[in-house]
Amino acid sequence: MTFTLKWMEWTLPTAIFCGTIFLTVIAMTIWQTVSPSMERRGFLPIPTTPGDRLFIGILSSCYLFLAWVGFTQWNLWVLPAIILCWILVVMRWG
Amino acid sequence: MEKWPDNKAWLLVLPVFVIVAFSAIIPLLTVINYSVQDIFGPGQSVFVGVDWFREMLQDYRLREALWRQFLFSGLVLIIEIPLGVLIALAMPKRGWKASAALVTLALPLLIPWNTIGTIWIIFTRPDIGLLGAVINNLLGIPFDHTASPLDAWITVMLMEVWHWTPLVALLAYSGLRAIPEAYYQAARIDGASAWSTFLYVQLPKMRGVLTIAFLLRFMDSFLIYAEPFVLTGGGPGNSTTFLSLYLVKIALLQFDLGPGAAFSLIYFIIVLLFSFIFYQALQRVGKGETV
Repeated sequence: MTFTLKWMEWTLPTAIFCGTIFLTVIAMTIWQTVSPSMERRGFLPIPTTPGDRLFIGILSSCYLFLAWVGFTQWNLWVLPAIILCWILVVMRWG
Repeated sequence: MEKWPDNKAWLLVLPVFVIVAFSAIIPLLTVINYSVQDIFGPGQSVFVGVDWFREMLQDYRLREALWRQFLFSGLVLIIEIPLGVLIALAMPKRGWKASAALVTLALPLLIPWNTIGTIWIIFTRPDIGLLGAVINNLLGIPFDHTASPLDAWITVMLMEVWHWTPLVALLAYSGLRAIPEAYYQAARIDGASAWSTFLYVQLPKMRGVLTIAFLLRFMDSFLIYAEPFVLTGGGPGNSTTFLSLYLVKIALLQFDLGPGAAFSLIYFIIVLLFSFIFYQALQRVGKGETV
């Protein structure tokens, strides 16, 4: 029996997307091991750790993506830049 | 929150992570891949970008199924939580009657979900069903869940309430039993009525278990599939087509893997948001803070 991943139907964009999230999680894990972080309070209504803020940033970006795609005809290429800025803002001040 | 003393403990979680990778993460990655392609067969696919997401988000049947789903889950919570608390308050407190009540209450929870659908199909049939025949022939009210959307909704709600209120009742009962007798004695000394005892002693003490009941009932009803699939199959028309029923229709019956995958991800993101909110609420309950 040969083992292939053909059925997963990888494409370059989804590989970049999933790879980025995967690498971010690994980087966050290393960062946490090297300099452990504490829970703190930012502009979000709950105290959060960096991991929480990453999750909140990504999840809210998903909703932004759905709203962008579902309700507007705006250019899709602007969106990654906005999402990147938003996640950085949440990570820094959230 | 205190700092984690030693992160090496996480290494012990690795086996679970491997299992989850095979059972959840790899399938999820595949769904993400499918959601941006038109799949004709193994190795035959065309990249379509975000078109499926656009198509699904502008699909009025998906929007209708979504509102239907929220209506359903909302009704489930509005009916089942107060009813479960009422049943728990009315249950015997000790002795063989308490055991008998607990076992009787737990029975619907032990029945396989498909069987529950079948039970209710037969139970509500207008010609031979006990409930259906009584409503149609004795009360003279026409009632047919295969023909009228309202009747289908009533039947699905009845089934859902019959099936899952016991869970809420059992949780509320365990919460009630955990209240020390001293609280009731203090309430009696103060001359508190039954209502104010409930409002100021029992209800606050049940907050933890009721939060859990609320979360479980919301998530389960939001993901409901088997019972309405067996009972109504989503009909009549689309009147009881909930999100999961519509998803299966697109992905498996029509074999539209791309749109189905995009739909799954939208569904997943909604569930993820509610899971996160509920997780936060539970954390607070665990710390004994107010919700």
